[in-house]
Amino acid sequence: MIETAVAEPRVLELLTAQIRRDLTVAMRSPGEMVNPLVFYLIGVTLFQFGVGAGPERLAAIATGVLWVLALLATLLALDGLFRRDYDDGTLEQLALHADPLFVGVLAKIVAHWLVTGLPLAIFAPLGALMLHLDAAAVPTLVLTLLLGTPVLSVIGAVGAALTVGLRRGAVLLALIVLPLYVPVLILGAGAVTARLDGIDPTPQIVWLAALLAFSLTLAPFAAAQGLRVGLE
Amino acid sequence: MTIGERIKAWWHRLGSPRWFYRVCRAWSPWLTAVGLVAIAVAFGWGLAFAPPDYQQGNSFRIMYLHVPTAILSESCYVLMGVAGLVLLVWRMKIADMVIAAAAPFGLAITGLALATGMFWGRPTWGTWWESDARTISVLVQFFLYFGVIALREAIPRAETAGRACAVLAVVGTVNVPIIKYSVDWWLTLHQPSTFTLTKAPAMPPSMYLPLIVSILGFYAFFAGNLLARVANVILARERGTQWVQSLVAGPPGGVMSCDGGREERA
Amino acid sequence: MTISSTSILLRASALTCERDGRRLFENLDLTISAGDVVELRGPNGSGKTTLLRCLAGLTADYEGSVERRLPAAYCGHRGGLKGELTPLENLRWYGALEGRRADTRSLRDALDAMGLEGYAMTPCQQLSAGQQRRAALARLRLTRARLWLLDEPLTSLDEAGCTLVRELLDRHRCDGGGAICATHAPLEVAGTRMQMLGAAAA
Repeated sequence: MIETAVAEPRVLELLTAQIRRDLTVAMRSPGEMVNPLVFYLIGVTLFQFGVGAGPERLAAIATGVLWVLALLATLLALDGLFRRDYDDGTLEQLALHADPLFVGVLAKIVAHWLVTGLPLAIFAPLGALMLHLDAAAVPTLVLTLLLGTPVLSVIGAVGAALTVGLRRGAVLLALIVLPLYVPVLILGAGAVTARLDGIDPTPQIVWLAALLAFSLTLAPFAAAQGLRVGLE
Repeated sequence: MTIGERIKAWWHRLGSPRWFYRVCRAWSPWLTAVGLVAIAVAFGWGLAFAPPDYQQGNSFRIMYLHVPTAILSESCYVLMGVAGLVLLVWRMKIADMVIAAAAPFGLAITGLALATGMFWGRPTWGTWWESDARTISVLVQFFLYFGVIALREAIPRAETAGRACAVLAVVGTVNVPIIKYSVDWWLTLHQPSTFTLTKAPAMPPSMYLPLIVSILGFYAFFAGNLLARVANVILARERGTQWVQSLVAGPPGGVMSCDGGREERA
Repeated sequence: MTISSTSILLRASALTCERDGRRLFENLDLTISAGDVVELRGPNGSGKTTLLRCLAGLTADYEGSVERRLPAAYCGHRGGLKGELTPLENLRWYGALEGRRADTRSLRDALDAMGLEGYAMTPCQQLSAGQQRRAALARLRLTRARLWLLDEPLTSLDEAGCTLVRELLDRHRCDGGGAICATHAPLEVAGTRMQMLGAAAA
């Protein structure tokens, strides 16, 4: 082996620099940044038209609709997670220099969630209002979205990494990633339904937090592997 | 040779397509035959000789087809996950071929499990589809298979596609227990199943013995079919190598139906 | 096979690569030592980009072996600049990636040296193609990498820009670095070696 002279990996610096960079890039195209949120709200509106204006009917499906739309909005935004960097050549630079790569990937996921998932969780009460969700369940909804959307981002990142170079990758991404989202949906929507039924949702929330911890630990590594495959 | 050396030698041989091809060709017909016989026995036994269930009458008999296919659909995915891990860590080409061969089989068998589940559900629950733990898990499994197959087709380069599918298979396999657990748990919140399939001991032996035979038969058939498919994939992928060329050309008047052989025969 | 000599930057042995059923190159041996500048030539589609990516470590889809001295700097076709960010911000990001702390002064100096005075704070997507290429190559002034792999570095550059690149390579060579550049136009740097790919190869 030729001797190498690698710099001391400065993990924290890499993490913060990457997050800062991605947030700056996102802020500079605010229109694009808002897209998933707008999709979410439009979706909620469409459901009102589709289901009919009766509050009881809407309230009955509100939990499911709000959660599934959050899923789909995240999916919509996920395609851009790596693709934009792939298109201008910065993704391969990340793959070549970031040491370890999964830290760089994690940084991108965090920045992505801050711009996509967090606004969804914050604005969900608006959707809940439109669908006549019982006010008592709204804090639970927000909490589960706060815990669940990062899981969606991080699991979705694996799919986004694998499909990064493919031309029509967006639909394939949905196909690959949606089955993996089932547990998050079950736990998140289940917690809200429990609250609506007067049952304590703590078990679901705890499990959701556990899922978050688990996927945050493993998925960035899988996504980094997927990225190396996608860049070939 | 010590045990360790034997294992190493076997592992090394496992990675050789040529050796694996010979193993496939040798074992596949036997496994398939044993499997088919077992399945036939199980069906005959289960359909004709097992007593009718006190709750479901005769419609429960579809369990002899449904349960093995459902179990197999999961096992096949786990196999793909393990093969994926082998491919990523040890870079064995064979693992990629196993994934490529197993995925369509898994998809088909999962589809069969879903269909038989629906046919079972109709007389039992009164509807074609009931969201119960098993049906949802199998449905999600179906989509997972679809994802692997679609990913392979979408990536133009074979080796890259293989590695991508390996990553997806590993990630999917890790998720399978999580999905199962959450679906199971989700169901308990809604309605209790009228019939849970795990209660095998609650069935008299005359009912669950043919089931076991059926399951084993399906596994054997799966193994035989998988090995045959892997053999084909090996031939296709290794078509440039010398041993495949000479195999295909065959002795004069050869067995393989390729143009060279036919001309030689004339 | 441990070589402790510090002057070999890249060693590729028996490199074989296939794409879409075509053999791009077969049993290629390549060594780059300190002070070497290799020009990679060949017609379109002969595999220059693929070879560079194999040598850089971006793809593992080849047979043979590649050993390289890290860190190595790779500049691909697509430049590697974020359009929404300014050249200054892009360079700062590269610095963080490579683990070096660069102050704004040295970043600005690098940009000035590439002829981008006054453009340091303009988002890259508002720069012309030639200016973007200059900004992308500016990172080479700051990098610690001794091995450079450049894919068509002279694209979009005018005469002045090409001269800048030549000076850059020359200085790098004298400092004990090495480079391999895929190019159509001759680099015109002293002491380059040729490596041919495709039908033109022997």
